[in-house]
Amino acid sequence: MIKVLKPGLQTTVQDDGRVGFYETGMPPSGAVDQYSYAVANLLAGNKKGAAVLEITYMGPELEFQQDATIAITGGNIPPKINGEAVPMWETVKINRGDVLSFDFVKQGARSYLAIAGGIDVPVIMDSRSTYTLCGIGGFNGRALQEGDALSIGDVQETDVKEGTRLTEEYVPEFSTSHEIRVIIGLCSYRLTEESKQRFLELEWTVTPEANRVGYRLKGERLDFVPREQPFGAGSNPSNVVDLGYPIGSIQIPDGVEPIALLNDAVTGGGYATVATIISTDLNRIGQAKTNEKVKFVSVSLEEALKARQETNRKLEEIKNIIQSS
Amino acid sequence: MSDLKTRYSYGGDEFIFVELSEDMSLEVNFQAMAITKKLREKNMPGILDICPSNASYMVRFNPDQIHPDELIDELKKLESSVENLDDVVINSRLVDVPVLFEDPWTHEAVMQFRDRHQDPESTDIEYAARINGYESKEDFIKAITGSPFLVSMIGFVPGLPFCFQVVPREEQIEVPKYVRPRTFTPERCFGFGGGFSVIYPVQGAGGYQMFGIAATPVFDKEQKLPDFQDSIVFPRQGDIFRYRDVTREEYDAVRAEVEAGTFEYRKKDFTFRPDDVLKDPRAFSDMVLGRLYND
Repeated sequence: MIKVLKPGLQTTVQDDGRVGFYETGMPPSGAVDQYSYAVANLLAGNKKGAAVLEITYMGPELEFQQDATIAITGGNIPPKINGEAVPMWETVKINRGDVLSFDFVKQGARSYLAIAGGIDVPVIMDSRSTYTLCGIGGFNGRALQEGDALSIGDVQETDVKEGTRLTEEYVPEFSTSHEIRVIIGLCSYRLTEESKQRFLELEWTVTPEANRVGYRLKGERLDFVPREQPFGAGSNPSNVVDLGYPIGSIQIPDGVEPIALLNDAVTGGGYATVATIISTDLNRIGQAKTNEKVKFVSVSLEEALKARQETNRKLEEIKNIIQSS
Repeated sequence: MSDLKTRYSYGGDEFIFVELSEDMSLEVNFQAMAITKKLREKNMPGILDICPSNASYMVRFNPDQIHPDELIDELKKLESSVENLDDVVINSRLVDVPVLFEDPWTHEAVMQFRDRHQDPESTDIEYAARINGYESKEDFIKAITGSPFLVSMIGFVPGLPFCFQVVPREEQIEVPKYVRPRTFTPERCFGFGGGFSVIYPVQGAGGYQMFGIAATPVFDKEQKLPDFQDSIVFPRQGDIFRYRDVTREEYDAVRAEVEAGTFEYRKKDFTFRPDDVLKDPRAFSDMVLGRLYND
């Protein structure tokens, strides 16, 4: 068991997501940064899809009541065992009675703690991920609280040697300004040509309204092409007949502030969506903190697929490195 | 349906978004239903989510397994195969949904957010009745409850049904959404925005006009009620809901049944063809109401 001494700001159980229920209005949830999540599991020797803890901004304080193998990845949040610094992106042993704690996050916003065996919570609709909006999955459907006790599961695949670590090329750098690649499309025909350009030129600022549902960004007002609104859409020029929102899609209600939807997205609604963040960069947008800058870069489908293959290749290499260590 | 200008678009590298029409109509909703049903039946590898919506649909896929352009080609083929909706059959349920209009809880929320509304001097229902040309709120409620609604999309949050009324186009109600979205909407609030009525499954943010409250849940994560044994959400696209105006007394009685875990919707399985609806929506509506309450 792991006892939660302090919960941190927002620590939730997450995995690779609850897929297949989007049409019922259920978003996938799951780790926002799927790359860091996958690496944490590899370093802990877990099977693909094992549940980990997603840590936001401020880490928890955890007392391990059994020996365990752990790995911490994602945003740079210096970890300590009994007050002694231990490395991230490395397989670490922790002993019964030890306390794991964290300094404030230095770079990025979200970190991942994998424990060999995975976090054991009930599987709800094929996933252990927490969807806090409706209180589904994870640990009692909510973020961790003081006094909670987590069980370790049995989804360990291999015993990874203590001290196994990754070279720099596999460790993402998170700065305070983020270039996020998007594919322009969906209802982008609703924006004026000028506003479409401004959308890509502007440096947007992350507002305090930035969480697992979505990131609201501040910049300048954008304009929609004037039209007689279609039947059923509603009267605002940013309204469309209610439609589905892809994960990573960006809408601009009333043209005022763009919202990029993440893993706990609302699955649909009546605002025109104008672009979608590519899957590789969904791993990065959730590492942006309030007041940091975001710039959107338009890419083609081919570029998006290439970036994705690159990420897949890296993960495959990491797997090989860990297996041969 | 040659007048439809379909837009196929990439939603990043994991989604295809297909907008069949910018306008809402029963016909386009049936088309989206038909295409997504056929796609589901094909059981193609790499398809993760198939999400029909009002006048569009969306597919989530794994691009490591299927190339998006290959998927678009397939979707275009499916679209042309359903151009003629003749061989499309919709498996539906007719459902009685009791609603208490102008209830105290919704009214409190209505008054709380007047500063975000087009017309702060009226209530949502007074405003909606007036701009749709009704003499009184009572006539407006009669129009809402007089004909059933097709569940045309599920989404926003788990279990929220978007419902489009089965009446001729000229009788369809349309209202704007709030000028600025609210931070609070009561659970089970019966709302209206654009051409759609909704029931909010859980309390939360919202932008639709608020008219009342449904006595019955559309979302039950504990799956206590008999109607939720297979799924935590009740509505399915293609269902036909009749919103029935109830008294406070009946509302309280239904709530007691829900709380006791014994409530079951009055409902009938029902199969229909799009053409049954499109050729005469009025006659179809009368027919299904007869089936729901009499047969």
